[in-house]
Amino acid sequence: MAKDERIINIEHLSKSFGDKKVLDDINLYVRRGEFLTLLGPSGCGKTTLLRMIAGFLQPDEGVITLDGRDIAGLPPHMRPLNTVFQRYALFPHLDVYDNIAFGLKLKKTPEEEIDKRVRRVLKLVAMSDYEDRDVETLSGGQQQRIAIARAIVNQPKVLLLDEPLAALDLKMRKDMQIELKEMHKKLGITFIYVTHDQEEALTLSDTIVVINEGKIQQIGSPIDIYNEPVNAFVADFIGESNILKGRMMHDRRVAFIKHEFDCVDEGFGEDVPVDVVVRPEDIYFTTDPAKCQFTAKVNSCTFKGVHYEMWVDTDTGYELMIQDYDPYPVGSEVMLYIDPDDIQVMKKERTANNYPAKVTGEGKVEFLDTEFECKTEGFAEGDEVTATIRFEKVDLLDHEEGADLTGNVVFILYMGNHYHLTVKTETGENIWVDTNDIWDKGDFVGIKILPQDIKLSKPAAGNE
Amino acid sequence: MKTRSKIFARLYIWLILIILYAPIVFIAVFSFTEAKSLGNWTGFSFKLYQNLFTGSMQNSSGLLSAVENTLVIALIASVIATLLGTVAAIGIYNMKGRRKNVMTFLNNIPMINPDIITGVSLFLLFVFLHISQGYTTVILAHITFCTPYVVLNVMPKLSQMNPNIYEAALDLGATPAQALRKVLIPALRPGMISGFILSFTMSLDDFAVTFFTRGTIGLDTLSTYIYTDARKGGLTPELKPLMTILFLVILVVLLVINIRQSKNSDKK
Repeated sequence: MAKDERIINIEHLSKSFGDKKVLDDINLYVRRGEFLTLLGPSGCGKTTLLRMIAGFLQPDEGVITLDGRDIAGLPPHMRPLNTVFQRYALFPHLDVYDNIAFGLKLKKTPEEEIDKRVRRVLKLVAMSDYEDRDVETLSGGQQQRIAIARAIVNQPKVLLLDEPLAALDLKMRKDMQIELKEMHKKLGITFIYVTHDQEEALTLSDTIVVINEGKIQQIGSPIDIYNEPVNAFVADFIGESNILKGRMMHDRRVAFIKHEFDCVDEGFGEDVPVDVVVRPEDIYFTTDPAKCQFTAKVNSCTFKGVHYEMWVDTDTGYELMIQDYDPYPVGSEVMLYIDPDDIQVMKKERTANNYPAKVTGEGKVEFLDTEFECKTEGFAEGDEVTATIRFEKVDLLDHEEGADLTGNVVFILYMGNHYHLTVKTETGENIWVDTNDIWDKGDFVGIKILPQDIKLSKPAAGNE
Repeated sequence: MKTRSKIFARLYIWLILIILYAPIVFIAVFSFTEAKSLGNWTGFSFKLYQNLFTGSMQNSSGLLSAVENTLVIALIASVIATLLGTVAAIGIYNMKGRRKNVMTFLNNIPMINPDIITGVSLFLLFVFLHISQGYTTVILAHITFCTPYVVLNVMPKLSQMNPNIYEAALDLGATPAQALRKVLIPALRPGMISGFILSFTMSLDDFAVTFFTRGTIGLDTLSTYIYTDARKGGLTPELKPLMTILFLVILVVLLVINIRQSKNSDKK
């Protein structure tokens, strides 16, 4: 790809608010004229990234270039970018016309030119007869149109949109999505769009950037992101999915839910633990015993408008979600199969909790800012070691008493027969836990680790 | 039963109103007679009004200059307090957490603090700094006690405002100064106006602070003039028409503000 196709280039961008790292080493480029969406849950850092591009925030580290020029020192009013804000941010003391003309008047554009351009954008956002109206008398959707008009009338190189449709109702949001897409085509301006709504991102974007906890998880086209999520977070966040523990037997052969399946993935090695994603619409019912790969019992069946959503219990004790146009009665035994193409195998991000630790005495080790008891045979006081705890060996308590440390549940994945939880400790470290207990996101938990479950080892070179 | 309690409620309201307004009505009525001592009606006359406007009063040429001082001081002090208070409010609004609470608390103290303490402490401060007391010190003192009221009036307007509109202005190419003038100030204007009016009236009727900061050059505002005048024995009769006029002016201002406000809220 030619370098000048990139209108915005972001390298090694980091930002912290106090102790909290909001963005961590972001690398990203935006192609001229594309519709790029920053997608992630609230608090993931996507709005912070947008505000840094707009110039309202300064990065701690890293470079943002626009057309090859570093824009770090450029204040917002000097940047050839315009923003559409989440809650419109129209000027309440000005009418529709003066709101839109605001930027042009500041640039001392001739009166006739202003008039021509304001009328043109009003027509573009289908608000032609509203120029004399007081902005506060307009509905939410109309205000958002004016906000878009106010931004594009300045003919920015890039239009930044910060969850512009979040405040609108569902019907209005759908209509505006279509209009935004058409506007983008007509104007040929590069759009950078921030949203937490995965459906909106899939509908609108040329490129989606999935962000979580300040880090880019995946960059790709909507189809890539949906069909080939790179990790469990992306798979869970985009659309519905069955995320399962698996094992790559050898190339093109993977085992999960205690069955073996053909797949199309290669290069993972032999007998390697992996994560597997199967979309609920990719599990098929069959009546042909030759096709059947495994059997299951229908547990629940709900009508969802276009399709039915069913939960089934497999013969091996896993729960799977299936979407199909035809319902199957609850309690019935069904035969199922999955196409090799529809099995997405992902490298396991981690197989156990590993922490840098320090032996602080006979039978004592410190990690996560906490002292734990464990066997320290073979190590002396002061040794730097790695402490390993298996996911299922971490106990969660609903109270602080007897706990070694405390934290909050920040992310929950259902893995077919157990939950995989991410717990953030008070000091901001993550502990991953496998459990059969049901917790909610945000729950405050006590964390207990028994001495025999902590395994110490010499830290491997180059490893955390 | 119902009608009786209604009548009682009416009577009660009228009683309160009479107690509140009787003294003012009393002065207003007796401003239209020539009698020197209050309570003596010697026939209807505009004499006192004439004296007031032609300045031909016995022994009291100081009255008109006191009125002039009062108005000039109130105007300068409230204009400066409005500017300072608005900027301070924007600053406090943009603070976070504890700092914001501490600043709001510090802003509230001078309003609860008795005037006499403000007056004496400012007096001591000016003496300590060797600032000769007079016009300037009175204005400085008035700015001091007016500013917190402006902050108090502007803050709610800031919280009502969409926090993005300042950034939106920058985004559309306004320099920070232009954004302040073209977007922020118009949005805060109602709060600034009410803060200004409150400051103006507070300054107008202040006695304690003025008394301690006016120094010994013989500077008099209306309140200190009346105080000295009363101590000399008897009030100057022309004060009665002056009070009446002042009361009417303030009444009109209040009416105008109220009508404007109700018009604004009708519009929304």
